[in-house]
Amino acid sequence: MHTEFLMGNEAIALGALAAGVNVVAGYPGTPSTEVLETVAKRKTDDVYVEWSINEKAAMEVAAGAAYAGARAMVTMKQVGLNVASDPLMSLEYIGVKGGMVVMVADDPGPISSQTEQDTRTFAQFSKLPIFDPSSVAEAYQMVQEAFELSERLGTPVFFRATTRVDHGYESIEVVDEQDWQRHRPEGFVKDSSRWVIFPRLSVVNHAKIEARNARLSDELSDYHRNFIVPEVGVQPRIGIATHGINYAYVRENIDEQSHVRILRVATPFPFPERLAKEFLEGLDEVLCVEELDPVIERQLVYVCGKYGLDVRIRGKLTGDVAPSGENTVESVGEAIAAFIAQVKGSTDDQAQIESETEAVPPTLPVRPPVLCAGCPHRASFYAVKCAMKGRKTIYCGDIGCYTLGNAAPLDMVDTCLCMGAGINIAQGVFHVEPDTACFAFVGDSTFFASGITGTVNAFYNQANMTLVVLDNSTTAMTGHQPHPGTGRTMMGEVVEKVSIEAILRAIGLSVVETVDPLDHKLAVETVRRVADEPGVKAIIFKSPCVVLAKPQAKSQVDPTKCVGCQRCVRQLGCPGLVPRDGKVVIDDSLCTGCTLCEQVCPFDAISGGQRIEMDLPKAGGRA
Amino acid sequence: MSTNIILCGVGGQGTILASKLIANAAMERGIPVKTAETIGMAQRGGSVFSHVRLGDGIASPLMARGTADLIIAFEPAEAVRQLPYLNPDGCVVVSNRPVVPVSAVTGGPAYDYDGIMTYLRKQVRHLVEVDADEAAADLGSAKCLNVVLLGAAARSGALGLTTEDVSGAVTRLVPARFQELNARAIMYA
Repeated sequence: MHTEFLMGNEAIALGALAAGVNVVAGYPGTPSTEVLETVAKRKTDDVYVEWSINEKAAMEVAAGAAYAGARAMVTMKQVGLNVASDPLMSLEYIGVKGGMVVMVADDPGPISSQTEQDTRTFAQFSKLPIFDPSSVAEAYQMVQEAFELSERLGTPVFFRATTRVDHGYESIEVVDEQDWQRHRPEGFVKDSSRWVIFPRLSVVNHAKIEARNARLSDELSDYHRNFIVPEVGVQPRIGIATHGINYAYVRENIDEQSHVRILRVATPFPFPERLAKEFLEGLDEVLCVEELDPVIERQLVYVCGKYGLDVRIRGKLTGDVAPSGENTVESVGEAIAAFIAQVKGSTDDQAQIESETEAVPPTLPVRPPVLCAGCPHRASFYAVKCAMKGRKTIYCGDIGCYTLGNAAPLDMVDTCLCMGAGINIAQGVFHVEPDTACFAFVGDSTFFASGITGTVNAFYNQANMTLVVLDNSTTAMTGHQPHPGTGRTMMGEVVEKVSIEAILRAIGLSVVETVDPLDHKLAVETVRRVADEPGVKAIIFKSPCVVLAKPQAKSQVDPTKCVGCQRCVRQLGCPGLVPRDGKVVIDDSLCTGCTLCEQVCPFDAISGGQRIEMDLPKAGGRA
Repeated sequence: MSTNIILCGVGGQGTILASKLIANAAMERGIPVKTAETIGMAQRGGSVFSHVRLGDGIASPLMARGTADLIIAFEPAEAVRQLPYLNPDGCVVVSNRPVVPVSAVTGGPAYDYDGIMTYLRKQVRHLVEVDADEAAADLGSAKCLNVVLLGAAARSGALGLTTEDVSGAVTRLVPARFQELNARAIMYA
């Protein structure tokens, strides 16, 4: 054993490696990404790891490995689980041979997601056991226990953590590499009565699953991570039921003098019913402190009804805990204080909010996330904006850094829904408004993840729209993971690149033009020409992510030529352009020399930059 | 005994490395550490913060408002944004160089630099202002602002770690070619 300062996601990865995981697949998404990255960094040579093109592919790779007896893990964020749900919902009925952990990171807040969905609810829906750790140290241990349970029961299990566990750091004890378990897969054994899903198999297995989960509920009541905090002194009349990081928030607000019984639920499904009943007995009221869905709260209401217990259950459903958003140490403290005061029947000893005697703070600038200085997406959006000025348009965006193109002054994202959706949303708008110029913007990684089927659909169904692929040759938003277009894999191999242009031509698009968006004049001309072509046509804006590329020469403003019109700032909104003393200066620490501002300045006051060129096909091609 | 520290600034300024240096220095002294970071979309020029909690008996990586012993602010407006977390006797170490967001010139609230600095001086009993531009000029690099701030925080006493502790962490975590620069940055006053 040794001590390491680890991020929760790193601890989950090391826990899986210590449990002898053989195969790990996933798709990047905050706050889950570092799990797979850490597996790749710390694994021994015999472990296989991949970034799959999307979560559905990752789930199937892990399932296949587990069919062959391997210990497998698949990683994703909560919205990725929606993509992977098709194979998972059937896999529930088939089961696995090797242990299989479905690691899902939930994002209360949400801090960097579209939804606040709760994977605990998904576990109930899919009838699969789920583990929910409260700390980095616990996550490390618990993921190893998840593998054991999965393998023993022959079913995939969920392991879900939320952002504050995934991205929290702790100094924890971990097993040395030479002491990791070695799991040797038996290999796939043919048995079509087991591995081929048919209705008659499903009905038999469904009954088995229900029986197993009933048994498991009882077994998990004895699992040491589901527990009632031992009481000191007076028998309490009130209790708090909680889970995950909220258990830490509760502990920050409760001490031994509080006379409150605490139930910490580590496996919300199957719910440890016997333990919950033991917790409820003798209590008058319980406050459920949860993030996302009221999962424990509903279960406790059920247990009270089932056993005729006269305990009042409070929480999200009763308005005692916020129904949405992320909890904090203080919001949990306030909910507990109000709960205790209410139960005691006295409202006057509630902490009153102190009157504000302090000075009023100055208005602070707002800092919404923005496209980086020099980001080629800015140039791409600006080119389309200039080309289509005065035309009736819709700009359907997608998931990635380029969602930030919605901000002023670009204002070039009219819709954004989920990965890959923009293409068929543009198509749907076209069928209603054929006179609108419909654009769909999609990044390279998102195109591979879920843009190809959408493009086939739009092409086949005779849409008239322009697909704009923003190709920066990486998965930028989540930290620059490789994808099929990069020619690198997570195993470190250099492989043949999958060409987006070749895919589009193979689908049948006759107009596919690749252009450097930082060549503003050419980019605008290309958009104008392509947008007027009939049917589905594509522009690939190709320029590398500036976070990865090294600046060659930076731009400078000639103060004798700058008249302070601020056109560059107001048109582009680049953080590298800073208004100062009636003129504009360039922040040398941010500028990448992309030259877009040089091309926008009407007074030729900016010069000196040198944009990074990529190898582009010679002629903007037409097949 | 525990110490609650907040590091704050704008995405890309180096707050995460600074929080790792503090954690590493504390661990070397055998002090348990819990931290929570902003990672993801907010990193793109957004407001970022790290909570760093040192000592025994800490359950949550996030602290409550009014409990920070020290705020290390890489940017003045971000110091004000995190001020509700400071305890009344807490210390603030702040770089005085503003980072003006694009929104301040494209229709959002303006950057009221004088108002922000006046407010900090009035509200914070133990305020240490670091002149970031002067430090960059004297040291010959703007890249080591995080280490300059950590050195100032160590000397303030509120960090609960010495400049030697911070130096040790820099030696362990930062590539050798930056060691000489960072050694001067820690002692910069």
